[in-house]
Amino acid sequence: MKAGWLPKLMISPSVLLVLICVYGYIMFTIYLSFTTSTMMPSYGFTGPASYERLLSLENWQVSVGNLGVFAILYIGVAGLLGLAFAILIDQKIRSETVFRSIFLYPMALSLIVTGTAWKWLLDPGVGLEHTMQNLGWESFSFNWIKDNDMAIYCVVIAAVWQTTGFVMAMFLAGLRGVDSEQINAARVDGAKTWQIYMRVIIPQLGPVFVSAFVILAHMAIKSYDLVIALTNGGPGRSTWLPSVFMYQYTFTRNEMAVGAASSVLMLFAIGVLVLPYLLSEMRRVKNG
Amino acid sequence: MANAQATSHALAHTHGASGPATTFGIGRVVLYVVLIALALLFLMPVYVMIVNSLKPLDEIRSGNLLALPQAWTIEPWLTAWSTAQIGVQPTGLKPYFTNSFLMVVPAVAISTLIGALNGYILTQFKFRGAHLLFGAMLFSVFMPFQIVLIPMAKTLGLLGLAGTVKGLVLVHVVYGIGFSTLFFRNYYAAFPNELIRSARMDGASFFGVLGRILLPNSAPIIVVTVIWQFTNIWNDFLFGASFSDFSSFPLTVALNNLVNSSTGVKEYNVHFAGAFIAALPTLIVYLLSGKFFVRGLMAGSVKG
Repeated sequence: MKAGWLPKLMISPSVLLVLICVYGYIMFTIYLSFTTSTMMPSYGFTGPASYERLLSLENWQVSVGNLGVFAILYIGVAGLLGLAFAILIDQKIRSETVFRSIFLYPMALSLIVTGTAWKWLLDPGVGLEHTMQNLGWESFSFNWIKDNDMAIYCVVIAAVWQTTGFVMAMFLAGLRGVDSEQINAARVDGAKTWQIYMRVIIPQLGPVFVSAFVILAHMAIKSYDLVIALTNGGPGRSTWLPSVFMYQYTFTRNEMAVGAASSVLMLFAIGVLVLPYLLSEMRRVKNG
Repeated sequence: MANAQATSHALAHTHGASGPATTFGIGRVVLYVVLIALALLFLMPVYVMIVNSLKPLDEIRSGNLLALPQAWTIEPWLTAWSTAQIGVQPTGLKPYFTNSFLMVVPAVAISTLIGALNGYILTQFKFRGAHLLFGAMLFSVFMPFQIVLIPMAKTLGLLGLAGTVKGLVLVHVVYGIGFSTLFFRNYYAAFPNELIRSARMDGASFFGVLGRILLPNSAPIIVVTVIWQFTNIWNDFLFGASFSDFSSFPLTVALNNLVNSSTGVKEYNVHFAGAFIAALPTLIVYLLSGKFFVRGLMAGSVKG
């Protein structure tokens, strides 16, 4: 039905809110990144100086480097574990619901809760190291969270724990959607279970791999809460991510233009990642 | 759209297309051993939180995190709840727990209503730019919120809502529109058209169709949306940390302050108790309605 005035009127508040608070604000932040704003916004246009400063800052370079390490490991490990868990769950097991619920419950927790739990679990003074030594393994050492070079891997561990169940659920839905005739045919031909997975099922999961990749990658770029709760960016700046950098420069170091520029680059990264995905999904809906 | 219903349907039924025939050989034993080991590993952090929140501090220091308490105590819970130093006063997490509820209840209610209304309009009426509008809303689900922090802080200041729970409600409503619209739009897109057409024939108005036909048949998607929004907003940290002050901190921000800014003795048991208090509401919701939570997750990932 063609929309009369009433439906248009009723959707207009949402349209306005989205236009202003999403796209208007994006424009505003982009504009700020081309000013000399410090503690408060200032509106004189000065060109790309803050981007030059941003790219030259070691704190930013470290943040981007950390994000690279974190994102690759997080996407890779959570993706593979999620697929592995889904395959395990798919073996006509008993109490499937119980296992699924256990693997997925971390997704319901606040990342601040996750961060707090893992902070002390990984802490050498009270967590795993302390516990192992207490149980009699005197030489056991695990102090990554205190180690500049290793702390970022602690963020990976906690993030993987949080999200693997989610990836599992995505793959499980994909696995269950695979045509069973092909599987039966392969089985009749004498293929073993693992061969069926490798040759028949997994090759058909392409779209799930794409979804999982986009979702995990965009979560990696947006990661903030977990780092704050787990390491607060430290030791030193060894677990800074662009999100941490943005908050620091905008709200505590009074370099708002630089902070704005960093958030624009984050948006750009997410846009490159998500827009093609969204467009293709929407086109698919339109056509069918 | 491989929509939420279809996905959860596929999840819920083990037609076992790919499972092997059920023979109880050594392979099955290994399978269950692996599954149980993984399950224990996944439960371990919450187990550690619980048992250590019920121990005196010196037992954590001298013992190990996996051991059950020798001298059980609920003291850490009481401290975390009502006396731990978070703000200026030693109030514990209690007032912040209240803040979170005052924030989450209206924000969830309003954004769910808006989602239903938008979903209805986007599926039942044709107007120019509808597709673009929906796409624009979808992207807002993915964008990094860092990009809106500065102008939103400024707006809240102008509205006199800086540092208030009301301000946080507004923020969560605004950035919740994308998700709630997505949920309802996809649900109503699959809604039987005959029902709506015959109601219109009988003279049902714009709101009549929504109130008497759509909403009474929307229980599943309302539950999905409410659970999803509740979990997301309860767990939010970035907006809370950016837009609130000591009087309006949500629980996540208060918990982080408790754990990360405490000077002197680190009261691990109090931290674990506090973390568990913050986790309880969403955990309870998850345990009661995990199925709907999964549907929300899947609808959020398999877009369209």
